[in-house]
Amino acid sequence: MDGVHDMGGMDGFGKVEVEQNEPPFHAPWEGRVLAMQRAMGYAGAWHIDHSRFAQERLPPVTYLGSTYYQRWMLAMESNITERGYATPEELKAGHAQTPGVPLKRKLTPDVVGAGLSRSSFYRQQQGPQKFQPGDRVRTKNIHPATHTRLPRYARDKVGVVELCHGCHMYPDSVAADRGDNPQWLYTVVFESSELWGPDADPTLKISIDAFEPYLDPA
Amino acid sequence: MAGHDHDHLHDHPHDHPHDHSHGSELSETQLRVRALETVLTEKGYIDPAALDAIIDAYETKIGPRNGSVVVARAWTDPAFKKALLADASKAVASMGHLSRVGDHLVAVENTPQRHNMIVCTLCSCYPWEVLGLPPVWYKSAPYRSRAVKDPRGVLDDFGITLPKNTEVRVWDSTAETRFIVLPMRPAGTEGWSEEKLADLVTRDSMIGTGLPLNPAELDSKVK
Repeated sequence: MDGVHDMGGMDGFGKVEVEQNEPPFHAPWEGRVLAMQRAMGYAGAWHIDHSRFAQERLPPVTYLGSTYYQRWMLAMESNITERGYATPEELKAGHAQTPGVPLKRKLTPDVVGAGLSRSSFYRQQQGPQKFQPGDRVRTKNIHPATHTRLPRYARDKVGVVELCHGCHMYPDSVAADRGDNPQWLYTVVFESSELWGPDADPTLKISIDAFEPYLDPA
Repeated sequence: MAGHDHDHLHDHPHDHPHDHSHGSELSETQLRVRALETVLTEKGYIDPAALDAIIDAYETKIGPRNGSVVVARAWTDPAFKKALLADASKAVASMGHLSRVGDHLVAVENTPQRHNMIVCTLCSCYPWEVLGLPPVWYKSAPYRSRAVKDPRGVLDDFGITLPKNTEVRVWDSTAETRFIVLPMRPAGTEGWSEEKLADLVTRDSMIGTGLPLNPAELDSKVK
């Protein structure tokens, strides 16, 4: 979706402010939010792309006005209520009124190591790899109302395939609850002038990781 | 988000509540997070003790030192460096003592001709296993918006000026691939141990918004 989360190339957000000796969490609740997200992910309650899509669907003023872990909390509330893991009334009351629905598994202290390991996104290919490193490609001019990982600034642009990362689950399908729909994944590199016009810094090159459905031969 | 009013979040965009001893002073955010944890626990989905263990891991075990030792190894062992650039997931896994990094880590090498920088313009993708949790600035709108268009301006915010002719390569982490920058080894470190070299490797140098410390900077840091 063409949301405010897709901010590559936007102006006006100001300087990057660096906090010296930044702690992992700025308040205990931030750690609880992160850990709950990991635990629910381990349980198979939803996928990371559902979390991303839930954040993208926040009203722009909420997205920009919330801190990082507040966005996580809001997205988690959406996934919990929309997927039927609890009702809005239960969250508001702060107590469960009915038993939970069955989940695949539960993260317990003895398996936290596994819960912290990143799962693999590789999936069995559905067809042959269409592009090879060195191929010129044009990204599609798509504007789906749903989740996509093709950023706006890199749509309808010509670039060169640099790497192939194998076949991965496809976020655009996963977030829409249409299954893994595995797709080949490539790093595609663009000249700065292709993205930002003739006045762009000529020493700059930008790459995105693009799933095969985002690309046409060029 | 049915059933919830977000106005409070609009009014307090930088709500970082501190722990107060009085329950009445809990912020709306704290109350909502507490409600979430209680409901999910009562439903049987989560175990609060497992949450404690996850938080402890991120506070005490999973940080940029994991990446620093990888870089230091690459600086001292040409075969390892070659393996790292060919398949970072496999090379890092071969070091054994690190947590599993998943299947999709890619190391990109800085050279005198090219400087690499990592960003996630769409959310906050970051190589947690080798760098720990991302800093707030990495997840912020200023960094995410400008890194792909004006990386030299961003580097200026970090006090870094690159030679005019150096190619700047920005990697937008738009899929599940994760990137780590292999910075250049500072001059004057010949014969240093991996352990000591790792002390030079800053978190930002592995994101590409910084450079490794040089020996003099390390000395002044230690003092």
